[in-house]
Amino acid sequence: MPVETALIPAIAADPGLSPAMVMFLNYLVIGLANGMIIALIAIGYTMVYGIIELINFAHGDLCTLGAFLALTIIGALGMDQWSGAAGWAGVAMLLIGAAGFCAGLNWIIDRTAYRPLRNAPKLTLLVTAIGMSFILVNVALFWGGAPMSVFGGGNQAAAPKHFPSLVSAANLLGEDSMVMLTAREMLVVGVTLPLMVALTWLVRFTRLGKSMRAVAQNPVAASLMGIDVDRVIGATFVIGGALGGFGIVVYAVYNGSISFQMGYRTGMDAFTAAVLGGIGSLPGAVLGGMLIGLLRAFSDGYLETRWTPTVVFAVLILVLIFRPSGLLGAKIREKV
Amino acid sequence: MRARSIWSRLLRLDVALLVVALFIPLFDHWFHLGLSSPLRQCLVYAILALGLNVVTGFTGMLHLGMAAFMAIGAYAYGILTCDIYPFQLSFWPALAATTVIGVIAGALLGAPTMALRGDYLAIVTLGFGEIVQDVLKNLESITQGTRGINPLPGPVMFGHRFGTESPYPWFYLYLGFVVVIVIVCRNLERSRTGRAWLAIRGDELAARCMGIPAVRMKMLAFATGAAIAAIAGALWASLYTSTGEPANYDFQVSVLALCIVIVGGMGSITGVLVGALAMIGFANLLLPRTASWLQEQGWVTQASVFGNPNNWKYLVFGLVLVLMMRFRPDGILPRSVGRRAGAST
Repeated sequence: MPVETALIPAIAADPGLSPAMVMFLNYLVIGLANGMIIALIAIGYTMVYGIIELINFAHGDLCTLGAFLALTIIGALGMDQWSGAAGWAGVAMLLIGAAGFCAGLNWIIDRTAYRPLRNAPKLTLLVTAIGMSFILVNVALFWGGAPMSVFGGGNQAAAPKHFPSLVSAANLLGEDSMVMLTAREMLVVGVTLPLMVALTWLVRFTRLGKSMRAVAQNPVAASLMGIDVDRVIGATFVIGGALGGFGIVVYAVYNGSISFQMGYRTGMDAFTAAVLGGIGSLPGAVLGGMLIGLLRAFSDGYLETRWTPTVVFAVLILVLIFRPSGLLGAKIREKV
Repeated sequence: MRARSIWSRLLRLDVALLVVALFIPLFDHWFHLGLSSPLRQCLVYAILALGLNVVTGFTGMLHLGMAAFMAIGAYAYGILTCDIYPFQLSFWPALAATTVIGVIAGALLGAPTMALRGDYLAIVTLGFGEIVQDVLKNLESITQGTRGINPLPGPVMFGHRFGTESPYPWFYLYLGFVVVIVIVCRNLERSRTGRAWLAIRGDELAARCMGIPAVRMKMLAFATGAAIAAIAGALWASLYTSTGEPANYDFQVSVLALCIVIVGGMGSITGVLVGALAMIGFANLLLPRTASWLQEQGWVTQASVFGNPNNWKYLVFGLVLVLMMRFRPDGILPRSVGRRAGAST
């Protein structure tokens, strides 16, 4: 985010910040970083909703499996000892591995569970997605019992797993700065921002993007124009899954811990972000993600951590009741 | 209207279920089957699912927060009866008050949300469920946080105080609650209101055009479901003499209720009963027993993730939902066409 890069000289130039200001800036950094990750996952919700009007309940739990795959790769390659340039290379491997895995798995889920129900009532599809979410949570639970040292030797399947920090936690603003800005924040920005740009380009300017917009507008008309609707929907799931995979690896590296239930939490944050921004709208998902990330960080900091989920759910409910089209949904009709 | 003989009435599945249920404690006692605990849980979940059936089955609104209303019922019962609070009511007045509180809670959530589209309503109910759980956990000064409210009194009936010495009076009392609620639901279904609900489920726009006040009717269904769920919560708390921790009323419970309704057949009351038997029988009887049998064989250990029966529940709930939606969306016992709205019985 350009905001962060703009902050660096400002803070470096003025080390004499008041403690309240330091706290505020730290929450801001954490909020923006988590917000960008939430935005990436929210895009997966908003794209699928835009195209088949399904709240893909299983999306967050799909991402969980991506994080578990990443931890498995770390354990298999002994990557938790890697640092420096090797650490960065490791993160790149994890990103590609998890993104590919989530993309493939999301395609399979669509093919086996959702596609046979294309013409069924919408709530049937939603119930299927809830069921799929439960199945994926359970797979993650069993996966957490894998007999590897990174999973705690498989004895505590349900316990949260420590995710090794592959990227240095040294403060880029200098050791004596109270405001923390590390290579991890740079990783978040470096992964999420290019992906958002690439996605925008894909949706706006490629043939696939054009057909996606056409299917979102009217699937029947699109198929009459010779667009293979099922292939386009499949591609949407692949892209959404891949973004989720990227997002969750960055999330795991940034926050240092994963658990089999993380998908529910993260997924609800991301879904709230998508709704807040206006579901179906890509810029909306990004805006909503940033807002939810900031809201979480400030609620953790100034309120209490235990009330944060309540705050997020309250926002979700209030937005759904009072402005169901979200912040950008009504104005920008560009559905993906 | 065709007069039906007593035999055709007896042959109805729900009556047959009731007759079998009446004798279960006898068999359980003679053969030491250990069924009394799962059966009582089954009865409470059947009540919860009957409440969900009014909302989702009759009216077609997907409700993902039934556990929240169950929690509200349990905590209302706890606060009204426990001796650390000023009210200290006994079972029956507390249960009546809990029902009223359930109606009010349902109406409060329903009022602003009934105009929402189906999937948005589902998400709002889900969010409400999470908020209720968090509030109950965090407002320790009122709700005792994760300790739960206890001890709670059991029911008193004809001078008999229900206690821990025998499970069977509980079973018969709770069976009685199920019977009463089934009768209430059946009568509701055949009433003007019930026919309006079924019409809304069929096609809300068409129902509105026929002059049905859809929003008001949906709210009525929502509040009725909430009241029944609150009763289930109060019965649960009374059975265990404690509300338990707020996490006992999590999203899993709401989805379990949904599974029961979907397995049985949305809108089919007998279906809900069969669904409750199937799901609770599976989750609380078959799974633990299979696990302990496997452990005796030495194939799995309690410590391993596969050996703990609770770890399989998510998978079973998920598979049930996915497979039912794919292959039998109307459930095991679908509402038969002849008993649709308007057909006189």
